[in-house]
Amino acid sequence: MLNMKRFLPLFLFLITASLWSQVVKMASIERGTFVPLYGATSKKPVQVDAFSMDIYPVTNAQFLEFLKKYPENSRSRMKGIFADKSYLSQWESDFNYGSANLSTAPVTNVSWFTAKKYCECQGKRLPTMDEWEYVAMADEKRIDARTKESFNNYILSWYEKPKTYANPVGQTFKNYWGVYDMHGLVWEWTADFNSVFLSGESRKDKDTDRNLFCGSGSVNATDLMNYAAFMRYAFRGSLKARFTTKNLGFRCAKDKK
Amino acid sequence: MKSNSHNPSLSEQANLLKVKTEKNTCKTLFLGFLLILLSLQSCVNKSKAETIDKPISDLSIYNLPSKWTNEEGEDIEMKDLKGKVLVMVMIYTSCKSACPRLVADMRNIEQRLPNNIKDNVNLVLVSIDPAVDTPKRLKAFAIENKMDGAQWVFLRSSEENTREFAAVLAVNYKKIAPLEFSHSNIISVFNADGELAYQQEGLGVNSDQTIQKITEEAQKIN
Repeated sequence: MLNMKRFLPLFLFLITASLWSQVVKMASIERGTFVPLYGATSKKPVQVDAFSMDIYPVTNAQFLEFLKKYPENSRSRMKGIFADKSYLSQWESDFNYGSANLSTAPVTNVSWFTAKKYCECQGKRLPTMDEWEYVAMADEKRIDARTKESFNNYILSWYEKPKTYANPVGQTFKNYWGVYDMHGLVWEWTADFNSVFLSGESRKDKDTDRNLFCGSGSVNATDLMNYAAFMRYAFRGSLKARFTTKNLGFRCAKDKK
Repeated sequence: MKSNSHNPSLSEQANLLKVKTEKNTCKTLFLGFLLILLSLQSCVNKSKAETIDKPISDLSIYNLPSKWTNEEGEDIEMKDLKGKVLVMVMIYTSCKSACPRLVADMRNIEQRLPNNIKDNVNLVLVSIDPAVDTPKRLKAFAIENKMDGAQWVFLRSSEENTREFAAVLAVNYKKIAPLEFSHSNIISVFNADGELAYQQEGLGVNSDQTIQKITEEAQKIN
C-alpha cells in the first residue's frame, strides 16, 4: 500500500507526460468545401483551406503550464475586460487546478480572450467557425456525416448528458481527420464566434430586432432541421468574449505553410 | 492625440519578459524545448503593452494593445485616445443600408451635445472592412459626410484586431458578400478611463439617454 502511494505520483506523471506529448499533436485537415448550417450566402458552399487542428481540446495541465509562463493570465491577475468573474473558478487557486479536476480534462471557464492568447502563445490561433464546423461534420469514416441519423443522434444525446466537461480528453470517437472530442465533451470557442446572427441577438431575442442588423435578411440558417448544429450556433450567438462557462473550452488551429 | 505612437518602452518590456520567461523555462525543461522557444517568441512579440505610466483600470479598453491607423494615415493605439469620452460605432464605408442611418445617428448625437463639453468628446468610427476602408477612403468618407472636424476619428486595423475590438464592444459582424456585411448596430459610450458607460442599440432610436450619459461623463472631465 505504501509502495503504491509512492509510485502513484510517478505513474501519474508518466501518464501525463505521455499524454502531453500526444496532446500537442495536430491533425492535418485537407482543403475542401461544405455548406454550413449557417453563414453561407444563398446556400453556396464555403471553402476551407488546408490547415492543422489540435487533436484534443486544451487540458487543465496544459493551461496550467501556460499560466506559469504567462502569469498575467492567472485568475487573480485577470482583467475584467478580458474575462468575467467565473474565469477558472473551478480551480483551487491561481496555479492549481485542484484534486477535483483531472489534469487531462479539458480546461473550461476560459474566456475567448484567454483562449485566443493561449493559442497565440503556442504559435497557433483559434480555428474559425467554418473550420471548426468542417472538421466537426466528420464521423469515424466520412468527411461529411451530417445526414447520418446515428451521427446526429450521438450529438443530440450528448447535449442531454450532464457534466461531460469533467471527462478526460480523447475518450470520444476519433473522426475521419484523426481529431477527437468535437462532440461529446465540451463546447469550444472559435475565432469568429461573434459573427453569428440568429433572429436578433440572443440577448435580445425578438423579431422586432431585425433592424439591429444590416443586411440580416440575406443570412439565414440553410437547414433548420439540422438541430444539432443549430444549437451550436445559437450557443455561440449568446456568448460575449469575456464570458466563461463550465462547459466551454477550446482547441487551437494553425495555417498550413 | 493623433501623434505617432512610437513607444520606446516596448522593447525594454520585451527584454524584461524574456528574462522572466527564461527563468521559467528552466523549471519546465522536460516539456518540449523547441515548442516553448517557438511559442515564447510569438507571445513576447504580441505581449500586451502593460501599463507603465498610469494604471489602467481592469475594465478599460485601453488594455487592448492593438495598433490602428486613422483617416490621416497616422498610426495610433487605442490608449492615445485616453482622457476623452469616446462615442464609438463600427461601420464600413461601402455600406448601403444600415450604416448611413448609423452615421446619421452619430452626427445627430454630436450636434446635440452641449457646447461646453464638446471638446471632451471624441466620436470614433471603426471600420469592419479594413481591406476596403483604407485611410484615404475613410478620409473621403469623413469629408463626404461632414465628419472631418477634430472631434471625429476614423480607425482601421488588421482583421484580427477588428474582430477583437468588436468582441469588446459586443458587436457581431459577418462578411456575407464582397462589400456587404451583417453587423450589430450599437453605439457605445466610453468614459475618460476607457470603461464602457452606455450602449445604444438599434437604428434611429431615441438618443436622449445616450446624450445624457455622454454629457454626464464629459462633465466629470471639466
